[in-house]
Amino acid sequence: MNPISSDVLLEVSDLETHFPFGGRWGRTRRWVRAVDGVSLNVRRGEVLGLVGESGSGKTTLARSVLRLVEPTAGSVRFDGIDVLGLSAREMRRLRKRMQVIFQDPYKSLSPRMQIGRLIAEPLRLHRIVPESKVADRVVELLGKVGLEPYFRHRYPHEVSGGQRQRIAIARTLALEPEFIVADEPVSALDVSVQAQILNIFLQLQQSEGIAFLMISHDLAVVERVANRIAVMYSGKLVEIADAGELIDRPLHPYTQALISAVPTGRPGKRKPRVRLAAEPSILGQPIKGCPFAPRCAEVQSTCWETMPSLERKDGGHEVACHAR
Amino acid sequence: MLLEVKNLKSYFFLDEGILKAVDDVSFAISEQETVALVGESGCGKTIVALSLLDLIPSPGRIVEGQMLFRGEDLRAMNAERMRQIRGRHIGLVFQEPGVALNPVYTVGHQIAAVLRLHRALTRREAQAESVRLLGDVGIGDPEQRAKAYPFELSGGMQQRVLIATAIAGRPELLIADEPTTALDPTVQAEILDLLRYLQTEYSMALLLITHDLGVVAEMADRVMVMYTGKILEAADIDTLFRDPRHPYTQGLLESAPRLGVGRGEVLRGIPGTVPDFLELPSGCTFHPRCNLAEDECTRAFPPLEEIAPGRQCACYKVT
Repeated sequence: MNPISSDVLLEVSDLETHFPFGGRWGRTRRWVRAVDGVSLNVRRGEVLGLVGESGSGKTTLARSVLRLVEPTAGSVRFDGIDVLGLSAREMRRLRKRMQVIFQDPYKSLSPRMQIGRLIAEPLRLHRIVPESKVADRVVELLGKVGLEPYFRHRYPHEVSGGQRQRIAIARTLALEPEFIVADEPVSALDVSVQAQILNIFLQLQQSEGIAFLMISHDLAVVERVANRIAVMYSGKLVEIADAGELIDRPLHPYTQALISAVPTGRPGKRKPRVRLAAEPSILGQPIKGCPFAPRCAEVQSTCWETMPSLERKDGGHEVACHAR
Repeated sequence: MLLEVKNLKSYFFLDEGILKAVDDVSFAISEQETVALVGESGCGKTIVALSLLDLIPSPGRIVEGQMLFRGEDLRAMNAERMRQIRGRHIGLVFQEPGVALNPVYTVGHQIAAVLRLHRALTRREAQAESVRLLGDVGIGDPEQRAKAYPFELSGGMQQRVLIATAIAGRPELLIADEPTTALDPTVQAEILDLLRYLQTEYSMALLLITHDLGVVAEMADRVMVMYTGKILEAADIDTLFRDPRHPYTQGLLESAPRLGVGRGEVLRGIPGTVPDFLELPSGCTFHPRCNLAEDECTRAFPPLEEIAPGRQCACYKVT
């Protein structure tokens, strides 16, 4: 893999994003702490994987970083710039450097534009290359995602889901971003196509040096491409470590349960399972201590009282757990 | 033999042409056996299940083939007998429990309805039995949960309820179509554990339909690999994973990343995409994606042949 610089590109500190719910017909308004005090860094050229169950706040964290939703508190610095303090105009300019790829590219590609025009649009809008070079650059970008030049004459509905995801990636690359959020980029794809798209991400990270925040519910997918992996539970970051360390020696009880639940992919090799008690906590219920305490096999009395802070342990793990 | 399917063909008659969703599929399931039908989206695996229960939506229908359940011809049955088969003899679990459960009835009511239909229990007996079933599928505090509506339960609990309705009639065969696909990994593992437990407890056979080879490896005794409406390879679980013979099976196994294996390495995968059913390639439908393809592969679809005892493969290049 490409050597990752120690140079921090994205710095997220104590980020909180809360959403109101209820409050209609005279009921009390409550708040969901979708992101609840998350701090993490993404280095230049690094792929940071982000995993966690549905509703754990992965997507909200990513959207908050890009200011697609407004965070409630905390700070986000991108290349030293205070992202949350920017005006709308300044934010538009910064967005060129931080891009996003969604699960379903069909929704983000206009059905009425030929693929060539879809890719040329950001090139022209941000004047990336002079008009005379646009056509050449489109072909070059198609090549980067493994598509033949003739695809520029097609419409999005004429190509397969995997090809649409390639086009969405090409369109993103047009802006030459330094950072891309990829939110479940292969979840909607068939297994054989998923492999092709994962290979493109591996290639991009190595040849273009782009940093990624790669969100997926599939730990094996994330492990394939990520340098480091972060685990979220109920809006909080519970563990972060180098990919190999996290998979081979998980420390947080939730990470351990998550990894033990992933099938080995080979018959007769079922792993001993770390079981979880009960179901996830109920939405909006205020939690004093660790949100994982109700399901944790190693729960102690302090866990119900205070949320453990993220602490550095052996092997470079950072873990938020009283039992460690 | 519990179920025998011979030369099943289920087609959809569309304005654009005939879509051969299931095209000459044959297989058998023994009592208490777990058979996995694996394939990518749109390979026809769900239509196989719907064919068995006479639930294919229009404009689709079975055009040919024989389906024997304990020797009884499923296609020759009248509607009344088919209603008994569904639920009483063959249970069905879908991917999206939120869609399959009725939102306006409590979950206890929905299970009791199945019990009264198939097991002729009184209202009170059915109520008690539905609470027992909820407990059996691993729902804590079943008396209280029986009074809950589906929306009050998490996805994992909804799937447990759906499984309870599917086994309420004590079927000999349970069909589970992508039963864990919409679920988080930890919940998926619990549901797979539950299916294994129930299978032993209720002496059921299981037809597991999935795209996920990891789930297959955990659960199945035998596997059938399906592509564009046809079975390309079938073998027992250990043989298939240790020594896959069909190039498509090999490609599938190399496409799916496995935890702790090949970190940061390129996946071999399969080039191209699954073809459109209405524009299938000539001959072997996999030939445009196959690195072994030769002229003969473009002419006619290779027959599914026995290449060793208990294993079949449909490929000219495999003998």
